[in-house]
Amino acid sequence: MIPMSWYLIFSAALFAIGLYGVMARRNAIAILMSVELLLNAVNINLVTFWRYRTPDRSVGLAWAVFVLAVAAAEAAVGLALIISVYRNRDSVIAEELDLLRN
Amino acid sequence: MGNSFVFMLLAVIAVGSAIGMLVSRDAVHSALFLVLNFITIAVFYVVLNAPFLAMVQVTVYAGAIMVLFMFVIMLLGAERLRGMWGDRPSELVFAAFLGFLLVVTFLIALVMEGKTAVSANMIDSSPVALGLRLFEGYVFPFEVVGILLLSAMVGVVILTISNKRGKNV
Amino acid sequence: MDFQPPIINLLIVAPLLITMGAGLFLMLLNIFCKRDGVYYWLTLAAIAAALVQNVAMWGHEYGTFIARGSYPMVVSDNFSVFLNSILLLSGIGTLLISRNYLHRTKLERPEFYMLMLFSLSGMMMMGMANDLILVFVALELLSIPLYIMAGLAVSRDDSKESAMKYFLLGAFSSGIFVYGIALIYGATGATALPAVYAVLEAGSPLAMAGTAFLMVGFAFKIGAVPFHMWTPDVYEGAPTVVTAFMSVGAKVAGFAALLRVFTVALPAMSDAWMGALALIAALTLIIGNVVALMQTNIKRMLGYSSIAHAGYLLIGVAAAGQHSEAVGSVLLYMLAYLFTTMGAFGVVIALEHKLGEGIMLEDYKGLAKRNPWLSAAMLVFMLSLTGVPPTGGFSGKFYIFRSAVEANLWWLAIIAIMTSVVSGYYYLRVVFYMYMFDGDRTEPVYAGTALKTGLLIALVGTLWLGFFPAGWFELAYKAVIGTTQLLAGG
Repeated sequence: MIPMSWYLIFSAALFAIGLYGVMARRNAIAILMSVELLLNAVNINLVTFWRYRTPDRSVGLAWAVFVLAVAAAEAAVGLALIISVYRNRDSVIAEELDLLRN
Repeated sequence: MGNSFVFMLLAVIAVGSAIGMLVSRDAVHSALFLVLNFITIAVFYVVLNAPFLAMVQVTVYAGAIMVLFMFVIMLLGAERLRGMWGDRPSELVFAAFLGFLLVVTFLIALVMEGKTAVSANMIDSSPVALGLRLFEGYVFPFEVVGILLLSAMVGVVILTISNKRGKNV
Repeated sequence: MDFQPPIINLLIVAPLLITMGAGLFLMLLNIFCKRDGVYYWLTLAAIAAALVQNVAMWGHEYGTFIARGSYPMVVSDNFSVFLNSILLLSGIGTLLISRNYLHRTKLERPEFYMLMLFSLSGMMMMGMANDLILVFVALELLSIPLYIMAGLAVSRDDSKESAMKYFLLGAFSSGIFVYGIALIYGATGATALPAVYAVLEAGSPLAMAGTAFLMVGFAFKIGAVPFHMWTPDVYEGAPTVVTAFMSVGAKVAGFAALLRVFTVALPAMSDAWMGALALIAALTLIIGNVVALMQTNIKRMLGYSSIAHAGYLLIGVAAAGQHSEAVGSVLLYMLAYLFTTMGAFGVVIALEHKLGEGIMLEDYKGLAKRNPWLSAAMLVFMLSLTGVPPTGGFSGKFYIFRSAVEANLWWLAIIAIMTSVVSGYYYLRVVFYMYMFDGDRTEPVYAGTALKTGLLIALVGTLWLGFFPAGWFELAYKAVIGTTQLLAGG
């Protein structure tokens, strides 16, 4: 069987890529996609921990389902916000969107 | 041996597609890379004995959510993204920090390795078991997620409707 | 495989059911009834009913949704009753000060009240959650309606943009947050807070990493440095009622979950998180207060001030690792913060004659002559935010600083006192503008009956806490000792 640490490292790699995407990208859609990647990294962790730590109780699985539902809600709201901003401005707003500055 | 080969192959595809998502200058390409990534993750779930979750992953993530993304990208004509390696030197510092984070997690994982007892016999990942778990232990959060999705839906509607009103005025 | 239903006592979650149910009811009512006033009063009634039910549970410790061989999913104890009362009062306060505002800015629509009720139930759930999964779900239920409410102001681009920024950073921070709890689950194999406490060993690297991620997630929500950058923009861009609601509700809820998770589930790591929180508190105090000095927009200034207040509250949380009385001081501070902030935003709303106009410092020139009562109220709120006796702000700071000293956090107490002195400059500058300048503003001041009532309540609360803090502290402390697990943690 594959060691648990492999999965954790893999998930950490995806998480780091997502983190980088959120920080470095300026386009709202791209940032939102990076957030989705983050949540997927979380789900890999959850399923791995379920499989290796508590395979007899499907806590991790149930949790992954919750994360999935929340991700769907977030994506919907985020895309609606994006649509309303783009329309208001008639331009590509997120070109200048910089999350790290105020 | 075969197992680790499959794992490595999948991991390379997944990380590669994630990086592809990150560096694409075209939003549609980004989204397609992400779809590939999600499908690879679904295969991971199969390897981890969670076929139900794998199916949900494909239908909800790779299917519904990413189609929504594609739809919005096309609708707004927002395909063009700015390049990644822009005007901030701090990005490099940050990338270094992330690399550091990765190494730390690596070490943590190796430390954990020692005391992980694997008991592979009692796996129960059937939808029935999951459903029972949800309704025995997690009824309350389950119902709350219902409210959450409802409020997201209401929000989506009023955010777009209010926009029309704004234009009429 | 057989199904064993969990033990459910719905009475315990009644405040949540009332607010969520009222939200659903408003949605149905939307089909039949088009009069906005109805929604306003129904929302007010629902929140008041939830408050009554909530207060009735004082003095008891309940758990509900108990699955077989497991811990309760939701708990209600004095701690959660106290915090829920603050949250529900903030809901009532928001409604009172928003009566006329929503109407004149054309933001009033049934969905606004619906989303507010849902968000409020998420906030209450944060303090009642006894399971990491529920903490996560509650966090989302509180945030998602707030993202939408922040983006409701249709005519202004910056509202949409700040809502977008708020949303992206919020979604990002909850991603980090849930990664953290996943790691803690990995370290312990459990998600219920007491179960995590029972299994967790000090020095587990996974749990350590998880705690760090968790802390980052919370810091985003409560607006602590270095994760505060969204606060000023969002406070400025969102409609002022939403800002008021968010500045009290989201912050109190964030601290509620922070306190419960860290003191119930993670006392084994207290050495690590105490130090980190103390450091974050110091940075938050310094940056929040110093940057606030340069603001000329009242909403933005209050945004930085709310960052600074998160710093004062964090001092109490850092001290909570040492002794449980510190938790009491945090609760008292929150109460004072509630009355003062609600009041201050009430005055801001009264002067905001058009959406996004009348919120500059300039607009406060000569207010004392135009409307002496309003400026007197603002004077009290500003003194309270600074922490001048005899106001609630002073009592709150006094107990927080005392608990810091008792926990041997001398350096932190000294930083806090010095930054309080600095904060006097920008708070009292508002007072200076009101009383020392002659203004030429002719725009009307919108102070309807509801707003006046809200201001009066806030004023009475602020002064009451200022003159007789001992009784309130006793109450706040009782809220902590009622919670045995909190004590076991502290």
